[in-house]
Amino acid sequence: MNTCPLTFSGAQLVALPSGALHWPDQALLVVSDLHLGKAARVARWGGAQLPPYETRETLDKLATDLEVTAARHVVCLGDSFDAQGMDAELPQVDQDTLTRLQAGITWTWIEGNHDPGPVSLGGAHLAELRVGELVLRHIASGDVGEVSGHYHPKARLHVRGKLITRPCFLFDRTRLIMPAYGTYTGGLATNSQTLCTLMDPDAQAILIGPRPSRIPMPR
Amino acid sequence: MASLRCCVFVLHGYLYDMVKLPPSLHGWFDARGWQMHPHQAEMLASAQAPALLLIAPTGGGKTLAGFLPTLAELGATPEPGLHTLYVSPLKALAADIKRNLRAPIEEAGLAIRVEDRTGDTSAHTKKRQRADPPHILLTTPESLALLVSYPDAARTFAGLKRVVVDEIHALAESKRGDQLMLALARLQTLCPGLRRVGLSATVDDPDAIARLLACHPDPCPVVTADPGPDPDISMLVTDTAPPWSGGGAAYSIPAVLDLVQQHKTTLIFHNTRAQAEIFFRNLWLANHDNLPIGIHHGSLDRDQRERVEAAMVRGELRAVVCTGSLDLGIDWGDVDLVIQIGAPKNVKRLVQRIGRANHRYNAPSKAVLVPANRFEVVECVAALEAVRAHDLDGEPRGPGPRDVLCQHILIAACAGPFAADDLYVEMTAAGPYAGLDRAGFDACLEFCATGGYALRAYDRWQRLRQRPDGMWELRDPRSAARIRQNIGTIQDSDKLKVKWRGRGASLGEIEEGFAASLTPGDTFLIGGQIVRYEGLREMVVEVTRDPGRKPKIATFSGTKFATSTQLSHRILRLFQQTDWPELPHHTADWLQLQRQVSRLPQNDRLLIETFPRDGRQQMVAYGFAGRNAQQTLGLLLTKRMEEMGLAPMGFVATDYATLIWGLDAVTNPAPLFDLAALEAGLDQWLAGNAVMKRTFRASATIAGLIERNMGGQRKTGRQATMSSDILYDTLLKYDPDHLMMQVTREEAMRGLVDFDRIREMAQRVGGRIDHVALDRVTPLAAPLFLEHGRIPVNGSAEERLLEEEVTRLMSESGLAQIETAPSPSPLAAKPPL
Repeated sequence: MNTCPLTFSGAQLVALPSGALHWPDQALLVVSDLHLGKAARVARWGGAQLPPYETRETLDKLATDLEVTAARHVVCLGDSFDAQGMDAELPQVDQDTLTRLQAGITWTWIEGNHDPGPVSLGGAHLAELRVGELVLRHIASGDVGEVSGHYHPKARLHVRGKLITRPCFLFDRTRLIMPAYGTYTGGLATNSQTLCTLMDPDAQAILIGPRPSRIPMPR
Repeated sequence: MASLRCCVFVLHGYLYDMVKLPPSLHGWFDARGWQMHPHQAEMLASAQAPALLLIAPTGGGKTLAGFLPTLAELGATPEPGLHTLYVSPLKALAADIKRNLRAPIEEAGLAIRVEDRTGDTSAHTKKRQRADPPHILLTTPESLALLVSYPDAARTFAGLKRVVVDEIHALAESKRGDQLMLALARLQTLCPGLRRVGLSATVDDPDAIARLLACHPDPCPVVTADPGPDPDISMLVTDTAPPWSGGGAAYSIPAVLDLVQQHKTTLIFHNTRAQAEIFFRNLWLANHDNLPIGIHHGSLDRDQRERVEAAMVRGELRAVVCTGSLDLGIDWGDVDLVIQIGAPKNVKRLVQRIGRANHRYNAPSKAVLVPANRFEVVECVAALEAVRAHDLDGEPRGPGPRDVLCQHILIAACAGPFAADDLYVEMTAAGPYAGLDRAGFDACLEFCATGGYALRAYDRWQRLRQRPDGMWELRDPRSAARIRQNIGTIQDSDKLKVKWRGRGASLGEIEEGFAASLTPGDTFLIGGQIVRYEGLREMVVEVTRDPGRKPKIATFSGTKFATSTQLSHRILRLFQQTDWPELPHHTADWLQLQRQVSRLPQNDRLLIETFPRDGRQQMVAYGFAGRNAQQTLGLLLTKRMEEMGLAPMGFVATDYATLIWGLDAVTNPAPLFDLAALEAGLDQWLAGNAVMKRTFRASATIAGLIERNMGGQRKTGRQATMSSDILYDTLLKYDPDHLMMQVTREEAMRGLVDFDRIREMAQRVGGRIDHVALDRVTPLAAPLFLEHGRIPVNGSAEERLLEEEVTRLMSESGLAQIETAPSPSPLAAKPPL
C-alpha cells in the first residue's frame, strides 16, 4: 500500500490511499464523513431507489484499513450516518459488520451536522476529542492542531489538457481537513471560496488514490 | 402522401366503380377528376384480409389506400361506435390526416366522425372519447398503449373492425413498433375479428415488416405498388473544396441559395438539429434577395413548427431547413427539390427523403446531395451509386426487446387482473414476440412483480401480486397512475424549454446536458436567432435577445446516424479503383496522396496507422463499421491497451475510423483486434462504461425500473442519470444476471454499442491486419484530429500524468527541498495488498 507521511502540529501522521488518517504513535485511525445509510435516506425521501450496498462498501474499506494499520482506536469524525436515527435503520448485515469491527477497539463517534444525537451502536459519542497535541472535531473552528472533516475537499488539476479530480486532505500549520470516506459522497473543490478562505496561503494537499501524493493546495 | 389532395390518379379507364364507395363520395372524387391507382383498388378489393401490408413510394396515395375500405364499409350513414383505428408515428401526421379526411367526408355529406387522440388532446376530450368513441380514431402508439391500459378498454374498442398503421417502416425500426404490436395483440383479444393494414414506404425487406405486422401464426400478404420513375439525383460540386471535417457545409451556402432561387419550393435536410440551426443562420446571412426561408426541427416549439407548416402548405415559403422531423408523411405542397446537407448515412432514408420532392406519383423526384466535408464527398458518390442501383440498406432487427415486454405486462395489469397463461399466448401473437419462450416471459413477469433479486428489499418494486385464484394484479391499485405516466419507449434526452425572459413566449427546447454547460452570458442559436443565456428558473431556460454576436454553438444533437453497412462497403470498394473520375479532383487527389504515403483501407483487410503527434502516440483503426461500432471499438481497444500497459488517454470515433492517443506507441496492434478478446472485454469493462449506462438507463426507464415522471413532477435528467448509473453499478456488482442487465447486454449488441458491426468487421477482415507505422499524420487521418466528441480514458495514464504534475509542483514550489524527512511509516515495510 502506498501511503503519504506528514507532520502536523508535531504529530507524525500517515495519509492512507482510502482517505483515512493513521497516527501510528497513538495506534489511532481517523475516518470522516462516512454517510452510512445515504442510499436508504435518499430512497426514503422519494428520490433515487439506490440499492443499499454502499454502506457495505464503506465498511469493507474500513475493515481493510483497520487490518493494515492494526489501530486500536477508531475515530469517526462526524456525519458518520447520513441522517439522525439512520444507525438504527441500517440493514442487519451492516450492523453486524460494524459490531464485528468494533470488537476490541476503542471506538469514538464525533457528532456531525447530519448526525448530532447519540447512536444506538457501540462506542463513545462525543462532540470532540483531544488526543495528544491534536483536537478532533467535525467542523473546523480555528483551534490549533485541529483535525476535521465536513467539507469533502476535492482537488482539480489540469494536466496536459486533461482534468483530473481527486478527493484530498488539506493541511496548513493550524488545521487539517480530511476527505470524505463514504462511497456516495460529492465534494467541494479546493479552489472554492470557502476552502481558500479557510486554509492558509501555504496550505498543502494530499491527493488520495492508488498513490497518495502531496502538492501545494490547488487554488 | 398523407393528403387526399395529392393523390393524382392517372390510370384512366380503371373500373373503380366496381368498388362500393358511397355514391356521394364517388361524386366528390369524380368532380375532381381523380381515379384510383391499381394498388389502391387492390387494397379495396382485399378489404376482408385479416392482415395486409402495402408498400408504395412517397406520393403513391398510401393513406387513402388505407382508408378507402373504411369509407366503403361505413357508408353514408354509419352505426355509432369505433370502426377504424389509425396509428401513425407523428402527432402532426394524425392531425394532418384529420384535416384531409374531413374535406371529402363533409363535402360528400357523410355522417362519419373523425377525431384524433394524441398527447396534445385535452383531458376532457380524451375522457369523452373513451365513453363515446368516433368512427375513425387517429392516434399514436403511445396514446394507444395508454388507451389499452384502462379497465374500460373493452368498451372503448367494442365493435372495432380495422386498424391502419401508417408509416410502419418508421415504426419498425424502433421499440415504438414493438410496443404497438403488443397493443394490437391486446386489441385482437378484445376484438377477435379485427383486420390490420400496414402502410409502408419502399424498404429493403418488405417481408420483415409483414412478419412484424402479422397476427401470428397467421401470415400477412404484401401488396406492392409501382415504384414510379427513378429520381433525378446528383451531388453538388463547387469550385471551393469542402472542408476537411465538420458537418456545417457553410461553403455550399451560395450554391444552395442559387438552387433555391431556381426552384419553386426546396426542402433542405440536415442530419442533426444543431447543424440545421447553424446552416439556417448562415443562409440568412447570405440571403440578399430575402427569399422566404423557414426552419423546422423537433426541438422547436410546437407553435413555431405549426406556423412553418402552415406557411409551407400555403406555398409562402421558398425553402425549409429541416431535419428528420420532416422525414415522414405530412403533405408539403409543391416541393420540387430536396437538398440533403451532409452524407445521407443510409440509402433507404435518402430515398425516402428524396421522395418528399415532387409529390406527384409519376414524375421523378429531384434531389441534390451536398457533402459537408472531404470524406463525405466519397460517401455521397457511393450513395448516388446505391440509389441508382436500387440497393437499399437495412439492418435486420432481432426479437422484440424485453424491456418493452415488461412495460406491456404492467400496462396489462393496469387494465385489470390477468392470467399469466393468457397474457403469454396473447403476447406471442405479436410479430416481435412470436418466438418468445415461456421462461423468458416468466422472467419478465417476475421482474415486474418484485423488481428482481437485488431490489426485492424495496416495496416500491413489488408491483404485482398473485391472487389466491392465480390471477396477477397490481399490488397497489394507485400505482396504475404512475405506470401510465411512464408509458412510452421514446428515449429523447431530457429537454428543457427555452423562453424569453419576462415574456414567457416559448422558443423551443434544448437538451439538459447542453443547458448545464451554459453560464449566464453564453450565447447559442435557436430558431435561427442568437440568444443570450440568463439563467435557469423552474426547469425553464431563460434567454434574452442578443443581436450580432457570434453564438456558442448549439450542441443539442438530434439523432446521430451511423453509416449503414451497405454504404460502408460501397465506399471501401470505391477506394480500390485505380483512379476516380467520378470524384471532384480535390477529393481524388486526397485519396491519391493517402495511397502514396500510406494505404487506402480495403474491404477484406484492416488498416492500422500509428504515428506521433501533439506529444502523444496516435493509432488509427479504419474499421468502417459506423460511428457507434467505431466508438465501441475505441472503448474496447483502450481497455486492452490499458491492460497491456500502453497508457491510452482517449479516443474519438467517426463512421469510418477510430483514433486513439496515449503515452506509449503501439508497435504490434494485431493482438489488440482478436475478436474473442474484444468480446470478452465487452462483458468485463464495457460494463462500467457510460454508453452501457446510457443503454441501461433507456431500458430501465421503459421497463418501469426508473421513472421519468414522478407524480406529475418530472425528475431532472441529471437526477435520473445519477440514480440509474448507481443502480447499474450496483446490479453489475451484486446481481449481474438481473433481467435489466441481460436486456442492456442484448441492446449493446446493436444500437449505441453496436457490437454486431464490430463482429461484421472482424469477419470481413479475418485477421488480415496491415500496420503502417509513420512519423507523421496521414491524409486520411488528418480530419480525425478536428472531430468533436473526444472521449477521455482514465487509467494508468492519469496516474502517470498526475505523478508528473506532482513532481513538477513539488519542485516548483520548493516543497521537495524543504520537506523534512518523513517519519518512518509502519506500513512501508508491509507487502502490498
